[in-house]
Amino acid sequence: MNIDKRIADVLAANGVSFVTTVPCKQLAGVIEEIDQRDDIFHIPSNKEDEGMGLCAGAWMGGKRPAIIMQNTAIGVTINTLATLIQYYRMPLPMLISYRGELREPVACQVEMAVHTKALLAQLNIPTYHFHWQRDVEEFDNILKYTFMCNKPVAILTDANFWGGYGDQ
Amino acid sequence: MIRSEILKEIAPILRNELVVCNIGIPSQELHAIDDQPSNFYMLGTMGLASSIGLGLALAQPKPVIVIDGDGSILTNLGTLPTIGNNAPGNYILMIIDNGSYGSTGDQPTYTSQRTDLAGMARAAGCARVVEVQDKDTGAALEEALASGEATVLVVKCDSGNAKMPVITMDPVVIRDRFMKAVAG
Repeated sequence: MNIDKRIADVLAANGVSFVTTVPCKQLAGVIEEIDQRDDIFHIPSNKEDEGMGLCAGAWMGGKRPAIIMQNTAIGVTINTLATLIQYYRMPLPMLISYRGELREPVACQVEMAVHTKALLAQLNIPTYHFHWQRDVEEFDNILKYTFMCNKPVAILTDANFWGGYGDQ
Repeated sequence: MIRSEILKEIAPILRNELVVCNIGIPSQELHAIDDQPSNFYMLGTMGLASSIGLGLALAQPKPVIVIDGDGSILTNLGTLPTIGNNAPGNYILMIIDNGSYGSTGDQPTYTSQRTDLAGMARAAGCARVVEVQDKDTGAALEEALASGEATVLVVKCDSGNAKMPVITMDPVVIRDRFMKAVAG
């Protein structure tokens, strides 16, 4: 099955019906898939902390949310993760394009990649790294875990997982 | 009028609605004037009240009133296009525009100079944008509720804060009782 559809299917199967996104080239397929589905409401955000606010509100309104973003967003959202999502104890699956990892063509992306796991670890955010396409088998368990413990959880998906990036 | 005087005046309207209230002194004032389980107080994360309220309004049908400030809107300006393109009819964003960062010592914001938040909201795609003076807030808020249309209400008022205690309620308690009010 197409990986984009599989990810969206697992989100929907876990009751995730409110998804906000800030785009990344690697995530284009999954964002398009989510945008077209009737069982998931898609609302694009202009910045990732704004998106986390939307998700917090949607969850308090009875919907299961998720955010799809690039790992550079960890640099944008640390305060929001600490003082909103974690402080009020809210669940938030974060499907993250892990730019700057193996098969990355853009050198600047590596500069945030080297900080990504350290920052997530500093925040005590459970973190999973999808490198091979078969790693997606864990996605269902990760979503169940997220909504069990009411924490933000990071799923880092690198270029190898998405089948390479451009000509690399 | 200053913000706390406006909040006192509109408390009977807010009491019956879901309210998402901005960080800092606005939440302290609302909490001291009329604490309700249907109030969600932000204790951190400046700028996201409008986004939290929008997510809440999209997720369920009850009216949602966001009490925000000019400084907080300016720090999350991306919120205005998202509101302009997505806000449902049960969403009211009330921006108390006193032209200053009240919680940090009343330093002036750019709305005290040349920046026009109502104009920015219109340019961002918000269809119903109303600007009023402080004394007209209650009537404008009731009109917004009755309109059933997404509304951005810019309330021009004086700069200043009432001396109110810090909110010591646990955030998970604030969130839990708010969610029960949403579902109730």
